[in-house]
Amino acid sequence: MTDKQKAKAYWKKNLKYLAILLSIWFLVSYVFGILLVEQLNTIRIGGFKLGFWFAQQGSIYVFVILIFVYIRLMNRLDKKFNLDS
Amino acid sequence: MDIQMWTWILVGLTFTLYIGIAILSRANSTGEFYVAGKGVHPIANGLATAADWMSAASFISMAGLISFSGYDGSVYLMGWTGGYVLLALLLAPYLRKFGKFTVPDFIGDRYYSDVARVVAVICALIVSFTYIAGQMRGVGLVFSRFLEVDINTGVIIGMFIVLFYAVLGGMKGITYTQVAQYCVLIFAFMVPAIFISIQMTGNPIPQLGFGSSGGDGVYLLDKLDGLHKELGFHEYTSGSKSTIDVFFITAALMVGTAGLPHVIVRFFTVKKVSDARKSAGWALLFIAILYTTAPAIAVFARTNMIETLSNKKYDEVPEWFSNWETTGLIEFNDKNNDGKIQYVADEAQNELTVDKDIMVLANPEIANLPNWVIALVAAGALAAALSTAAGLLLVISSSVSHDIIKKIINPKISEKGELIAARLSAVVAVIIAGWFGINPPDFVAATVALAFGLAAASFFPAIILGIFYKRMNKEGAIAGMLVGILLMLFYMMKFKFDWFGGGTKDDWWLGISPEGFGTVAMIVNFVTSILIASFTPKPPDEVQEIVENIRIPSGAGEASNH
Repeated sequence: MTDKQKAKAYWKKNLKYLAILLSIWFLVSYVFGILLVEQLNTIRIGGFKLGFWFAQQGSIYVFVILIFVYIRLMNRLDKKFNLDS
Repeated sequence: MDIQMWTWILVGLTFTLYIGIAILSRANSTGEFYVAGKGVHPIANGLATAADWMSAASFISMAGLISFSGYDGSVYLMGWTGGYVLLALLLAPYLRKFGKFTVPDFIGDRYYSDVARVVAVICALIVSFTYIAGQMRGVGLVFSRFLEVDINTGVIIGMFIVLFYAVLGGMKGITYTQVAQYCVLIFAFMVPAIFISIQMTGNPIPQLGFGSSGGDGVYLLDKLDGLHKELGFHEYTSGSKSTIDVFFITAALMVGTAGLPHVIVRFFTVKKVSDARKSAGWALLFIAILYTTAPAIAVFARTNMIETLSNKKYDEVPEWFSNWETTGLIEFNDKNNDGKIQYVADEAQNELTVDKDIMVLANPEIANLPNWVIALVAAGALAAALSTAAGLLLVISSSVSHDIIKKIINPKISEKGELIAARLSAVVAVIIAGWFGINPPDFVAATVALAFGLAAASFFPAIILGIFYKRMNKEGAIAGMLVGILLMLFYMMKFKFDWFGGGTKDDWWLGISPEGFGTVAMIVNFVTSILIASFTPKPPDEVQEIVENIRIPSGAGEASNH
């Protein structure tokens, strides 16, 4: 692979990761925490209504996890393409 | 010892610490002044980013806002954390690879135009000044309540402290003071939260505590929903805002977070691209500790307040009530002259007004915690306000000295000259910020919330398109930024300051509040940029090369001042 092809393949893979992770990001906050909040509120975990919990707790936990997953995926990708500095 | 004594001691100790760090980490070059020499460890940078980010609004106002608005307060929780996902995935690594000093640097080079650079500088200044006013106000508020000095004197004391370490240390000094400030503020936030959680639910982890049951076996949230119904408020766990407004406000805050220049610039301070990603992860983790605790505090404080005050005799209110009454932040007006406090949703019968900003500050007193805890909260609030103010000041001063003086007016200025210019502009910026703090536009969180709309409407699309859309050219980016920020300013002035004919809630476009309008302005910015770009020439080859280059992580060198 030439450098140019390599860069292209790397970028494509990166965009794929972004699409997947950002879909989860959208799902836990906008879908679970806002659009479907009332439906989810009919389910309860202990003292929490599920929709309310996603809006004030769950989404934030997922955000943190998403970034650390991205860090791992990208570090591996950098190594695979020999682009880590 | 009384509260005031404790407060003087803790505030004195922490201030000495900040000043000590500032003296130890003086900046000697522009690289150190603007980006701490690009040698900050990712965890240290994560801590600094968290302190930089969590402002007086996060520390003082947010839990209070949630406390009064219940589910509606979720917009702040999701909005101010979700933006970090965007930062980590869409901005930080590429901007670090680009490797200059400021956000206008990126805009100016990527869009090969000084006009774009100037537009970006103006946007950065508007955003930062809107934001910093709230911080100085927060400092004044803490001083006036806990140290019994005049609120304006408090603002001036805060100005001097920030001035001292921002001017001396630049980004290098700010970074390490922010690390210390994060530790102070998180400790100050968590200690009372844990105490109260144990008191009310027996669970030491506040995040779990507010989903547990109290001594009477009833889940806390159910109890609060019940109290709210009784007093005529909307149910705590469901909102009163429309779904579309909640959606748009959350989006504006998220995108705004990712577009705030003082946050973005923190990712320029690490060594390599992978460190920029790591910093964003650590930053969000440190932020999440406070952000997942805040909704718990909100519930504890709300329940406590209603139970202590509602329908109680005014003569028998606890001492904290009278303490806060003297600041004018709690007011009781016995409308039916029965000597009891009626706290209800109905404006005509309600007799109690409580300012949102005091919920966190008064919380330890309401829960009868020891004096040192109350004093600690004061020191934490000051740490939060000062660290954010310092970060913003740096953006303002580097916008003036680097983006305007060095890049446009006098490119031949010596390194020493630029450093002096940077320090002088920091001084001027502090004075302006102090003036805003003494004459504030609105209460703390409202002003801050609008700064996000402005950042979302201006920077975010220009940066994203600059990285992900190679075809994006200067004509499109400039037009987009201008249309975006002007539209946002127009909406904000119309509905917040009553200019251009003003208007009420019913006149909002599509029912979207000024706080959520940043999302609309951002979309308009994107559409304008792409449309205009498709009718105008594509960017020169060397610019397209820059774009290809920032997309791969290797070869991110030292900071360069060319």
